[in-house]
Amino acid sequence: MIRTHVLICGGTGCTSGGSQAIADNLKAELERLGLQDEVQVIRTGCFGLCAMGPIMIVYPEGTYYSRVKPEDVKEIAEEHFLKGRIVERLVHKEEAGQKLEDVPALGETNFYKTQMRVALRNCGVINPENIEEYIAMDGYAALGKVLTEMTPAEVIDVMKKSGLRGRGGAGFPTGMKWQFAAANDADQKYVVCNADEGDPGAFMDRSVLEGDPHAVLEAMAIAGYAIGASKGFIYVRAEYPIAVERLKIAIGQAREYGLLGEDIFGTGFNFDIDIRLGAGAFVCGEETALLTSIEGNRGEPRNKPPFPANKGLFQKPTIINNVETLANIPQIILKGADWFASMGTEDSKGTKVFALGGAINNTGLVEIPLGTTLRHIIYDIGGGIPKGRQFKAVQTGGPSGGCIPAQFLDTPIDYANLTKIGAMMGSGGMIVTDDSTCMVDFARFFLDFTVDESCGKCTPCRIGTRRLLELLNKITDGRGEPEDLDKLEELCYYIKANALCALGQTAPNPVLSTLKYFRDEYEAHVFEKRCPAGVCKNLMHYEIQPDVCRGCTACARKCPVGAISGTVKQPHTIDVKKCIKCGACIETCKFGAIVKK
Amino acid sequence: MKSLEELKAIRERMQNKVVLREGGADKRIVVGMATCGIAAGARPVLNAFVEEIANRGLTGAVEVSQTGCIGMCRFEPIVEVFEGDQRVTYVHVDPVKAREIVARHIVGGEPIVEYTIGAAEK
Repeated sequence: MIRTHVLICGGTGCTSGGSQAIADNLKAELERLGLQDEVQVIRTGCFGLCAMGPIMIVYPEGTYYSRVKPEDVKEIAEEHFLKGRIVERLVHKEEAGQKLEDVPALGETNFYKTQMRVALRNCGVINPENIEEYIAMDGYAALGKVLTEMTPAEVIDVMKKSGLRGRGGAGFPTGMKWQFAAANDADQKYVVCNADEGDPGAFMDRSVLEGDPHAVLEAMAIAGYAIGASKGFIYVRAEYPIAVERLKIAIGQAREYGLLGEDIFGTGFNFDIDIRLGAGAFVCGEETALLTSIEGNRGEPRNKPPFPANKGLFQKPTIINNVETLANIPQIILKGADWFASMGTEDSKGTKVFALGGAINNTGLVEIPLGTTLRHIIYDIGGGIPKGRQFKAVQTGGPSGGCIPAQFLDTPIDYANLTKIGAMMGSGGMIVTDDSTCMVDFARFFLDFTVDESCGKCTPCRIGTRRLLELLNKITDGRGEPEDLDKLEELCYYIKANALCALGQTAPNPVLSTLKYFRDEYEAHVFEKRCPAGVCKNLMHYEIQPDVCRGCTACARKCPVGAISGTVKQPHTIDVKKCIKCGACIETCKFGAIVKK
Repeated sequence: MKSLEELKAIRERMQNKVVLREGGADKRIVVGMATCGIAAGARPVLNAFVEEIANRGLTGAVEVSQTGCIGMCRFEPIVEVFEGDQRVTYVHVDPVKAREIVARHIVGGEPIVEYTIGAAEK
């Protein structure tokens, strides 16, 4: 009889940290101790606190072990599972030196206590490779409900009333999208799941697919019923091998249980799903390019209109919903539109998953009601900025989004507010930067990405973004001229107005928003030939402060190019011409005598 | 799947198995499982509790877990039942007594005084 469940994260983050070996070792240890019939090992999806992975949670105690290594497993098995003694040194503590009895329960930690998990509700709770565990969590009950109790029009009505908006970027109301597709008569319609998550720093869709794949399948079947489609495609990037594997298993099990296929629940409704792998082109996350790619052509966007709801995949009416959007839907059907609409703000209902990354302590996934402030997300849930550094800005929405400076930390996050301050919700990636980031260089990074990913079909994007990148390179190299700032801005607006698809139309956003909020940094680069954050190599040099230098010679010995000279116990100097600005001297100096200028 | 009843049957069968992961049970049964406890026969006691709780469909409501040595090795196997502020300590527990504790104390609400440490120390 099973008395203990050991949940080990099987998401991508913890798997790269060795969680497969941890699970294998644990099973072997349990066997050795004769506990294999008492302690069950379950590989789940992501728990969210990726910074502390690999993570292991033990129930019924609710013990939260973090940063577990395969070699720790023997101790956990012998101490905890055999003798009932929690291994204190591995228990996750939010404050250093916290005593075991003071460690709060999982749901009471700062990271989890204000989160509200709807899309992520089963991630880290169930075994995603076992359909029965999903069913135990009311899985497929929503599909059963719509097929036996509701008309397609009623389903669409619930979706509209719930206020759910697309979580992939544009934020289009989901119910409206469904209604448009339902209104078109056709011999074949399609439901497409956009799982081509490409924003640098966003990984919520991957985590949903890895942790709760059936929620996506169930929602697609519900969508199929609502619009009258019998066929679905999941377009997922091949760089997500664990997600693809779990999807394949899930589709196989759903077919076996008759939850996909023909005559589902004996109602005569047929629906089946196939997977299409993307080769990792960013533009294929754009819906029309995605459809073109599924059709077997090069992933390039096409003109809208016609919109996919009228002429989509193979010219048939099609709805395209993002993974996270879909993951909300079974819950909305079961709990009702009013329940969902009770969370969030006036124009943005429900919860949103954010992927925290960059200069933040608790790197990971969080799901919170819309309308929560950035300050709460970054400082309370995210645990603030590491190494005592200062918050500078947060980039939301990846390469299509904008950066939000400190003055907006108390702005409630929703679709309208983010757009108003020049950023966008996007997929929910949040990259936090601290005072060691140069905002010009930061914008350059994203431009570099979009230039690489531009498909080349339209001129404003293909050539415009390249010219933008050249201007930014010029500025960060110290060759910037005063009129470049105006040129930058003009080109940005030109691209926004003329590019064919959302990739091009939003590509200038990182430049525009940094120009708006950090113009002083651009001006410092152009007029003073200075990089305030000390990042742009051509614009800075290293100096030894003679009054602080003790002449210990440590830096001179470390310098790889012999640029530092001086006699023992006398202040040293750096030969700027030889210096390659590697920063090794700063790391070596114990007295803080070397500064970047 | 041809009917909602089939789905419901799977849900009910599986819910008992995953409910353990919800935590936050009102009542806790804690079995001393240090070397002294195991030597005195705590393992079959622990298993008896787990089985009895599961058989009665109480898995989510009652947590069965282990603890280490609490220092009174001569009384092992020791089992403590926590409910709110109340704490009852049973000593020299065996599988038969374990099932009785579930029946009379956990389900019936009446601690079995003669098995407690208070009675044993008299």
